[in-house]
Amino acid sequence: MPALPTSLWSSVARKALMALTGLALIGFLAVHLLGNLILLTGNADAFNLYSNIYASMGSFLYVIEAGLVAFFLIHIVSGVTVALGKMKARPVSYEKTANAGGPSRKTISSTTMIYTGIIVLAFLVFHVTTLKYGAHYETTIHGEKMRDLHKLIIENFAQPGIVVTYVLTMLLLGFHLRHGFWSAFQSLGALQPRLSGLIYTIGVLIAIILAVGFLFIPLWIFLTA
Amino acid sequence: MADMTLTLKIWRQKDRKSPGKFVTYTVENVSEHMSFLEMMDVLNEQLIKKGEDVVEFDNDCREGICGMCSLVINGRPHGQEHGTATCQLHMRKFKDGDIIVVEPWRAAAFPVLKDLAVDRTAFDRIMAAGGYTSINVGGAQDANAIPIAKRASDEAMDAASCIGCGACVAACPNASASLFVAAKISQLALLPQGQIERRRRAANMVAQMDKEGFGDCSNHAECEAVCPKEISITHIARMKREYFKAMALGE
Repeated sequence: MPALPTSLWSSVARKALMALTGLALIGFLAVHLLGNLILLTGNADAFNLYSNIYASMGSFLYVIEAGLVAFFLIHIVSGVTVALGKMKARPVSYEKTANAGGPSRKTISSTTMIYTGIIVLAFLVFHVTTLKYGAHYETTIHGEKMRDLHKLIIENFAQPGIVVTYVLTMLLLGFHLRHGFWSAFQSLGALQPRLSGLIYTIGVLIAIILAVGFLFIPLWIFLTA
Repeated sequence: MADMTLTLKIWRQKDRKSPGKFVTYTVENVSEHMSFLEMMDVLNEQLIKKGEDVVEFDNDCREGICGMCSLVINGRPHGQEHGTATCQLHMRKFKDGDIIVVEPWRAAAFPVLKDLAVDRTAFDRIMAAGGYTSINVGGAQDANAIPIAKRASDEAMDAASCIGCGACVAACPNASASLFVAAKISQLALLPQGQIERRRRAANMVAQMDKEGFGDCSNHAECEAVCPKEISITHIARMKREYFKAMALGE
């Protein structure tokens, strides 16, 4: 018998890849936020010691970073493919559109995924270049020389323009996650009607926790500095 | 209630190739008891009397079971009423003086044939790719010879209520055919008769859906909201599981 015409790039599998990478990136964000909470203690040494854990990983850090980049790339390429496919699948748009209501999950979040995604990506480039690859200050803690990332962060978050950028982008990230979390489960075929409402609510909570958590830290540093 | 006078903004397109445009018509003496299609009949009678070309639209049974009627009415496939087809939409849902925008299903895979009638043979090709069970004909066996769990039979029946109208594609912001294809895959995956070709069916029908140029499913669930048979996107989740099984296990 001929082999089945399944493909990793079929509409079904592609969305599953997007879902898996999306959920993994949410996991990354959760760990990232937990680490950032150290900034709220105001203890510079504690934060630098924490960030030094990653810096001292050596080549293992490159493996983690390569994995993250791969997840982002798969997520971005599949997302862009969906957005381009949409234009191709409906070349003539409707004169009038209306939300159907009822069981529909169509919201401002679900229809703007590509835009919020692109803005978050642009922010990510800015975030990594200004912090990870930003100015390199040094400090000595317990006789060990290490990077003073804390000083760079405080410097950055003293600038109102940067704080506003963080706050606005994190709000958009929240909208992205509000649809994304629930949608990932549906794309993986994991949703039963019984669970659908619950997962959607959990997704909204995760979106609020991550967005508010991430935007609160620069805002707090700016206001208390 | 007195008869209504309505303003209709209707998409007119001569044929597949010609560019279309909206033309505005006024229809008088519309009774609230008419269906939307009967109101369109009144318009067409006016046009015939004036010697003009009638507005082409698909319809057949006019009782919500054949899946022929379509029309995006004021931005909603089959109109604002939930769980009904255009033929079951009554004019009492509109008010005297309303302006109603009437458009065809818009999708590259559903090209306009004329005015509001679109070519939905893409669905037929998806069905031909696997929406069947291969059973040799012979003497009909007793209807209850194969035991089927009540829950499976109920869910299969829900999926089987799909009339293939294409409203799911019309409503989807991505013009995805996922709800239609999922209903067909789900219906047979739930029943004993559908087991033999189960994985091949999921793989082939999804491949054909992609080939026809429908968009991807972004889980907006607009399809479920406009479906005249209120088919749930839970069937889309099942289609995905069926496809993953086909990917992982092959035949």
